[in-house]
Amino acid sequence: MRNTLATQPIFELSKPGRRAARFPKSDVPVRPIEDLLPERCRATTPPPLPEVTEPDVVRHFTNLSTLNMSVDTHFYPLGSCTMKHNPKRNERLANLPGIADLHPYQPDDTVQGLLQLLHELQGMFAEISGLPAVSLQPAAGAHGELTALMVAAAYFDDLGEKRTKVLTPDSAHGTNPASARMAGFDAVTIKSDSRGLVDLEDLRSKLDDQVGVFMITNPSTLGIFDDQVADIADLVHKEGGLIYLDGANMNAILGIARPGDFGADMMHYNPHKTFSGPHGGGGPGAGPICVTEKLGPYLPAPVVCQHDGRFALDYDRAKSIGRVRAFFGNVGVLVRAYCYILTHGADGLRRASENAVLNANYLLSRVKHILPVPHGDRCMHEFVATAGELKKTKGISAMDIAKRLLDFGYHAPTVYFPLTVAESMMIEPTESESKETLDAFAAALFRITDEATELLHDAPHTTAISRPDEVQAARKPVLKWTSA
Amino acid sequence: MPYTFNTPEDQHAMLDAIGAASIDDLFAPIPDSLRLERPLDIPAAMGELELTQHMQALAAKNEHAGQKTCFLGGGSYDHFVPAVVDAIASRGEFYTSYTPYQPEVSQGNLQVTFEYQTLICQLTGMDVSNASLYDGGSAAVEAVLLCMSVTKRSKVVTTASVHPEYRQIIETYFTHLDAELITVGSPAGIVSIEELEEAVDDDTACVLLQQPNFFGCVEDAERISGIAHEHGALFVVSCDPISLGQLKRPGDLGADVVVAEGQSLGSPMQFGGPYLGIMACREKFVRRMPGRIAGQTTDRRGKRCWVLTLQTREQHIRREKATSNICTNQGLFALRAAIYLSALGPQGLREASELCLQKSRYAIEQLVADERFELAFQQPTFKEFVIRDTKGKVADVLAECSESGILAGIPLSTWYPNLSDCFLVAVTEKRTKHEIDQLADSLTRASVDDSVVSV
Repeated sequence: MRNTLATQPIFELSKPGRRAARFPKSDVPVRPIEDLLPERCRATTPPPLPEVTEPDVVRHFTNLSTLNMSVDTHFYPLGSCTMKHNPKRNERLANLPGIADLHPYQPDDTVQGLLQLLHELQGMFAEISGLPAVSLQPAAGAHGELTALMVAAAYFDDLGEKRTKVLTPDSAHGTNPASARMAGFDAVTIKSDSRGLVDLEDLRSKLDDQVGVFMITNPSTLGIFDDQVADIADLVHKEGGLIYLDGANMNAILGIARPGDFGADMMHYNPHKTFSGPHGGGGPGAGPICVTEKLGPYLPAPVVCQHDGRFALDYDRAKSIGRVRAFFGNVGVLVRAYCYILTHGADGLRRASENAVLNANYLLSRVKHILPVPHGDRCMHEFVATAGELKKTKGISAMDIAKRLLDFGYHAPTVYFPLTVAESMMIEPTESESKETLDAFAAALFRITDEATELLHDAPHTTAISRPDEVQAARKPVLKWTSA
Repeated sequence: MPYTFNTPEDQHAMLDAIGAASIDDLFAPIPDSLRLERPLDIPAAMGELELTQHMQALAAKNEHAGQKTCFLGGGSYDHFVPAVVDAIASRGEFYTSYTPYQPEVSQGNLQVTFEYQTLICQLTGMDVSNASLYDGGSAAVEAVLLCMSVTKRSKVVTTASVHPEYRQIIETYFTHLDAELITVGSPAGIVSIEELEEAVDDDTACVLLQQPNFFGCVEDAERISGIAHEHGALFVVSCDPISLGQLKRPGDLGADVVVAEGQSLGSPMQFGGPYLGIMACREKFVRRMPGRIAGQTTDRRGKRCWVLTLQTREQHIRREKATSNICTNQGLFALRAAIYLSALGPQGLREASELCLQKSRYAIEQLVADERFELAFQQPTFKEFVIRDTKGKVADVLAECSESGILAGIPLSTWYPNLSDCFLVAVTEKRTKHEIDQLADSLTRASVDDSVVSV
């Protein structure tokens, strides 16, 4: 049923003289191009783009779309990514002309509705985090981390302190240490203890007055709430350092606990995760950050403010770190988050987290006898299981299981992350899945772990392609199409 | 709670299976002292109809480009978006998927990324493109970081005619790095070659140029490329993708890294984002590139297919030693750009860019017909230009135009105190002769009103 003619690279569909878009003749007097542009900068021919018709474009990309798994079509328990339902209403509302067709440099008095929305959203993010000062500017979670670390650096500069280190747990996302380095800090890794929590002894041994920030993901990437977090915050604060919360896992605790109440000084949200994205095939996201009152003055400019019922962009911020992004931020993503929060209200957000945690625990309870969870019988919104035992006894790896799940019509969990668990499978069902789906997924896992090892090594069998040769891809990179 | 499934019966059954007494029991790991003991103070839940009405009311308080004629540019433009772009990009299989961690069920996204990379190479004349970055500004800062890493030099030379916000971002990033940003003046609307020659030396990692520049003027890119390369510095060009239907490609002018704001390629303005950060470079720098990259390979049956590749550059593997902390690309907007460029093809891009060129030239002529207004810089331009109000009342003039339904331009005083009597006007292929004539009339009217008031 696959249309392999339409899905060949678009360049192979090209034929000189074909075209889709056609622009009108100029309605202003046309001058010779030679009079308008000097020869030194004028191109003699346009770029060698493919020449295809509109039906070509439609059939090509539509057929390509069917080669993807997506939240709209499949259960997508990709741990740490919170692949929840993406509400259709949010798409329609974010695309209202009065939202989508606004220029970033329009005068404030022509965008009062949008500024009001963004101002309200700053307030909602502050309330949900328990951290009062908000910047909507960062373009993604990693960008939010970087921005917050720059805020911290500016704060220490102001105090006349030069702090050189950022501590990150060994289970942290790779973005944490990478962001630390880009903000001019040295990244130092803190070990996890046997429970998967921050090893307090290791933390104590590495904590000194050179530590600027301790970055913690709580709930952690293991799906565990670190109940030592308040003590950790006390330890770090006593040394004059700050706590950064990686908000990747906020979907577990909306309305239940607030980072600002458990010791965090700064955090980012991933609205594309917690507040229903969508993920866009790899972006765009957004990475708004919230910080304590004392760090507020250092946030990037502009922020949205309100005076006498009028909303405005405030650039007059003497202590601000400056800009981290052109224009205002990923407004389209933020508008969807606003719609999501308004759809839920306080009770709804809390119940979304409760059901996310219930679903994860239920799935954990169903599969733990075949895929043990090293860090306990309970989890928050996700859990990390291991195929380590299966690997030893049957030669079945986490990758084999992941690939075979695709044949059963499920997207695979995140595998081989976090790095602290061998043969790890990080499973996050989210709240927007049914018990029936979770039961069917568990049944698929049971069946897979009973299957012949060879069958699993060769999986997937029913997808558009079999396992690709990634080594060849990296050794002899072919990064663009060229004519044969 | 429109998006959850669990009925009370489901919840009971699930809790029984877990062996938990209640949902609250599942949250036991969170100490009571750390819990929020009250409901969040946010507005009450809205149903879809209520939410729709609420959003429509907010949207109605904004004046969008369909209501006010938009001559604003400065890195975000009101270009025409063909219907195929929206139709395809709104397919859930594209926009509700994620980074293709499982290539076997992500060939759609991976092939689109590979095609996007190819289209960007064709457009810019470069060897390799990544899968995209956040936006034009972040692409510019990542480009200079790449150059610093390649050359092991820490000085970056740029020009006052590069987008001021892009330069501000670089300044912010440089605050805590061992790096220096030198900005060469552009008094005549293009960079001063003499000053540039003086600024670039053997410690210079790269020269960052914008083409056409922030004032809309066309720089002598080839000459500037030569100056950079004489000193072993790299040449980075931030370009307007639409202009490449008329202007020589940066790759043909000696660029080592090309970046661009890709919003013009089929994406709405949406008050500044999300946008598309384009980045392409010479082959030899590919292992220093930030962001995702798709590559071609074969599967076990020998079938051509695509995967994410060269991942050892990236943060999830290299952690603090990665080329960048960047994790996501802008997949959905790279898709939009790929559809847009495929739909336009070489001839469509040629036509769109020629309309920009002809119409902006016509607009210049109409605007300067009123002797109060003059073209600030006597340079060739593409689709944007700077108008000087000889009476220096830019804010008043723009406010009057806005009242008569025209967003006439961006005041430059924010970034250039010495150009406080100037504003930046952008004319895309969408602007009609009628709209341009109205702009000229409206400026003239503002001018007449002003003289009446001053009498």
